[in-house]
Amino acid sequence: MLGKKRRRKLSSVPEAVTATKRMNLCAAVNDALRITLKKDDSSIVFGEDVAFGGVFRCTSELREQFGRNRVFNTPLSEQGIVGFAIGYAAMNCTAVAEIQFADYIYPAFDQIVNEAAKYRYRSGGMFNVGGLTIRAPCGAVGHGGHYHSQSPEAYFCHTPGLKVVMPRDPIRAKGLLLSSIRDPNPVIFFEPKILYRSVVAEVPVEDYTIPLETAEVVRPGKDVTLIGWGAQVNVLMETAQLAEAKGVSCEVIDLVSLLPWDAETVVESVKRTGKAIVSHEAPITNGFGAEVAATIQEHCFYNLEAPVRRICGFDTPFPLVHEKYYLPNKWRCVEAVFDLVAA
Amino acid sequence: MPTETRKEVYKTMVRTSVMDDIFYLAQRQGRISFYMTCSGEEASVVASAAALNQSDEVFAQYREQGLFLWRGFGLDEVANQCCSTTKDPGKGRQMPVHYGSKELHVHTISSPLGTQLPHAVGAAYHMKLKEEKRIAACYFGEGASSEGDFHAALNFASTLQCPVLFLCRNNGYAISTPTEEQYHGDGVLSRGQGYGIDALRVDGNDAIAVYAAVSDARSKCLSTQSPVLLELVTYRSGHHSTSDDSTRYRDPDELQSVGHQLSAIDRFRAYLYDRKLWTDQEDREFRDHVRAECLHALEAAERERKPPVTGMMSDVYETVPKHLHEQQYAALHQMGVDDL
Repeated sequence: MLGKKRRRKLSSVPEAVTATKRMNLCAAVNDALRITLKKDDSSIVFGEDVAFGGVFRCTSELREQFGRNRVFNTPLSEQGIVGFAIGYAAMNCTAVAEIQFADYIYPAFDQIVNEAAKYRYRSGGMFNVGGLTIRAPCGAVGHGGHYHSQSPEAYFCHTPGLKVVMPRDPIRAKGLLLSSIRDPNPVIFFEPKILYRSVVAEVPVEDYTIPLETAEVVRPGKDVTLIGWGAQVNVLMETAQLAEAKGVSCEVIDLVSLLPWDAETVVESVKRTGKAIVSHEAPITNGFGAEVAATIQEHCFYNLEAPVRRICGFDTPFPLVHEKYYLPNKWRCVEAVFDLVAA
Repeated sequence: MPTETRKEVYKTMVRTSVMDDIFYLAQRQGRISFYMTCSGEEASVVASAAALNQSDEVFAQYREQGLFLWRGFGLDEVANQCCSTTKDPGKGRQMPVHYGSKELHVHTISSPLGTQLPHAVGAAYHMKLKEEKRIAACYFGEGASSEGDFHAALNFASTLQCPVLFLCRNNGYAISTPTEEQYHGDGVLSRGQGYGIDALRVDGNDAIAVYAAVSDARSKCLSTQSPVLLELVTYRSGHHSTSDDSTRYRDPDELQSVGHQLSAIDRFRAYLYDRKLWTDQEDREFRDHVRAECLHALEAAERERKPPVTGMMSDVYETVPKHLHEQQYAALHQMGVDDL
């Protein structure tokens, strides 16, 4: 299948959009949750400080609209939040659990990896927690230090049974969150919190979904393929602009879903360009970029004109004062682009 | 406990015990890979199961096979699960004793300890929102009560007011660790009180006491839409599992004195004899009958086919994703199966 040539359309947002509204990513998430609570009677939204609107305001005014039974605070226990959500979802209901920061998801690791991910498989399909979605803000934010900056997606991408999704802007955030909530499998939905307020877009007001497991070619190009997800896609778009000024054409791919991920789109692109850079904020060693690089190597080896490069966070805890040196910014990325082109 | 229920509870306790003996020995003979007995805890499990409603959603640990039997899980189903056959609804994917039944409202057992407690709370929250006239019942051991999930679950159940019944089988041991090294303070009971949950300690080897306590607790859960914790004090008279040898850490004298003295089955049988509800002959005949039924189920399961390798990739997700299709194709190709 990987050899099959297929160009994807640049945007998966509904084409016949009737009305849009200016929303930041936070408002887009809020809108997706509102649609869910309105249309799905079984849905509940909960977590730490969710009732008053959440520390990032993503659940703002939902309690007022849908009542305290469906939008509520839980005690401060991530394993409790996810365990509770699993039990609720196991009754064929929709549970949207919020983990306040992805950095604090680890107490729930056992519940996610050993319980949510295996609930269907271990019962031979008798039971499932497909109605479970875990939202967690992730990534660098400029001042978050060790414990308000992490991108832990790779840990979860190592777990069969889970889906892992990360949007890059408000339009995708709304459509992908609705897809994640309605997907009949447990989904971890990482929200790059730097984008909550910094990115504003005309978001369709209607209810729409964007397919999971489908990467998106955000910018077509012919010389180098740049692969990222979440906020890093925006860095790669800036990288592509810098490269273009020097006459290098970059194709930028947003993976959108990390598990399962769309290798086909990546492989098709790299076969054309012969050069690939994968970039993420998380530490380089054993980051999800390693999986992408290995897959490119396996399927595009004879098309590659240079080694696959990974431009990622360094193998350190997330450093507060050195954040701008730690991050794989556009300068690091564009330098890699020129290295590859010169190779 | 109604008279007829007494006999049925006793019979299911015996059924559980006879089944355990046979499957334990079957493991020793290499016929199944692993087994865990419920020895000594039959009253805690079966009498509590009898006091629940059949539609109550159960989240159990791994020593509650008596509850499965009470709800109608067949010995053939036990054997098929333990032998990982095509007739195991779990499709042979889990070690023996990890039963589950959607029809019987018992969620499939998983090995990690304590993880099922917050699940029961979430399920109970659903019942509360939908105003269903049923509860979630959650079994676990005193060892599991040291896990974080136990504490999270009690706290969530209390603050969110969920109709969930926590049933702790305090059997004295978590594998080799005795209760003195598991917790200090007043047992598991006191944790319930600490979380604002009504809690009661019960003689878990007294079937009638267990039944009465669980009946009351269940009514309270339903009428107040809030949690209750019961600590059923019992005794694990068997090994932790077939991978364990309890003589390495438990004085055989203790087993002789405490274990036999507390035997739930002996006590309940004496009670039934005393009231002329059951006779020695009936007891012998019933045991023989169950033994024959078990052996038959085991032999039949041994003749069953194992689940096809093509099933390895199903149920990871609701539908098999592309990358698993490819892996399955590659695996079967390697095995020389190309005709898919």
